[in-house]
Amino acid sequence: MHVEYNIEGGDFTRAGYASSQIKKILKQSGVDMDIIRRTVVASYEAEVNIVAHAHGGAISMEVDENQIRIVLQDVGPGIEDIDKAMEEGYSTASCAVREMGFGAGMGLSNMKKNADMLRIESEPGKGTRVEILMGLGKEEILRSKK
Amino acid sequence: MKALGLTVYSGEKGLDRRVSGGYVSDLLSDVMGNADEGQVWVTLQTHKNVMAIASLKDLAAVILVSGHKPDVNTAHQSEEEAIPVLGTHLSAFDVTGKMYELIKK
Amino acid sequence: MKVKDIVKILDARIVCGEGRQDYAIDVAFASDLMSDVLTLKNDHVLLITGLANLQTIRTAEMSDINCIVFARNKKASPEMVALAGENDIILIECRYSVFRTSGLLYQAGVKPIY
Repeated sequence: MHVEYNIEGGDFTRAGYASSQIKKILKQSGVDMDIIRRTVVASYEAEVNIVAHAHGGAISMEVDENQIRIVLQDVGPGIEDIDKAMEEGYSTASCAVREMGFGAGMGLSNMKKNADMLRIESEPGKGTRVEILMGLGKEEILRSKK
Repeated sequence: MKALGLTVYSGEKGLDRRVSGGYVSDLLSDVMGNADEGQVWVTLQTHKNVMAIASLKDLAAVILVSGHKPDVNTAHQSEEEAIPVLGTHLSAFDVTGKMYELIKK
Repeated sequence: MKVKDIVKILDARIVCGEGRQDYAIDVAFASDLMSDVLTLKNDHVLLITGLANLQTIRTAEMSDINCIVFARNKKASPEMVALAGENDIILIECRYSVFRTSGLLYQAGVKPIY
């Protein structure tokens, strides 16, 4: 199963819509609630990152009997130093974003804590790609690959 | 401060300040608009803008919750302004609840 | 403690979910930072916040939080009420500060997360 959503940069009224749809789909598919919660927390943080930092992007999800795979690709400034960005408390968010309740520097670490596998690639000046993998049933195998 | 078991991160010089009440918010513009002098600010924001606001509004102290620690610039400014930055592993709800009870007595 | 008891203690007003006043609350959490709220894993959580915008509802939806108290007289917009309604999230408006709201609920026996 494959779904795709577009994300507008700077549009906080729509932010979270894609993750909300993802949650509904996973619920309908009968996926375990704990896995759903971890999946949507990771995808929501990633979706908000696009809205907060990039010009725009897209999120896609593929589900098969072994795993959930979510890929977010955006067009924007990219991440200069990914390791630094992963540090809790480090944030490049604007004041406007902080006022919305985000930008505290916890998004990426929240994603890492919840995803079974997280891969981030970025080209400064071009954009960023985030891949989130959640294991279904074969979680132990995926977790040990982390 | 002793009653709540808080850790002092910086600004010990200011520990004698009088506390008039508390304000709980992580939104800087909200604190700017609504906090009162002498209140203790409970938040998990750790960057130095927190101190700028604490000093502008003459707050008694800042309590960082959930184990958050001030960053270097924040701690430095706290020393300069003698406004203590205190910390706790408790959640905002928890520490505020306890503080509320103490202040009401 | 039930939602209807909380509404009474806070002298507050339910703006979404009036039919669900018997919903049970075990613990409460006060924060305006959405990323922090997303780290919660408990059930039957009451979120107390001064941040009244659509993302608060989304964050509650993602973390399975079914009840939000907006303190400091912040109002829920029609869009927020609609989104909360779709997701069975109870919204309460209260004129007290987050400080007073937390204090009152703590005294009434609502437990913190940790």
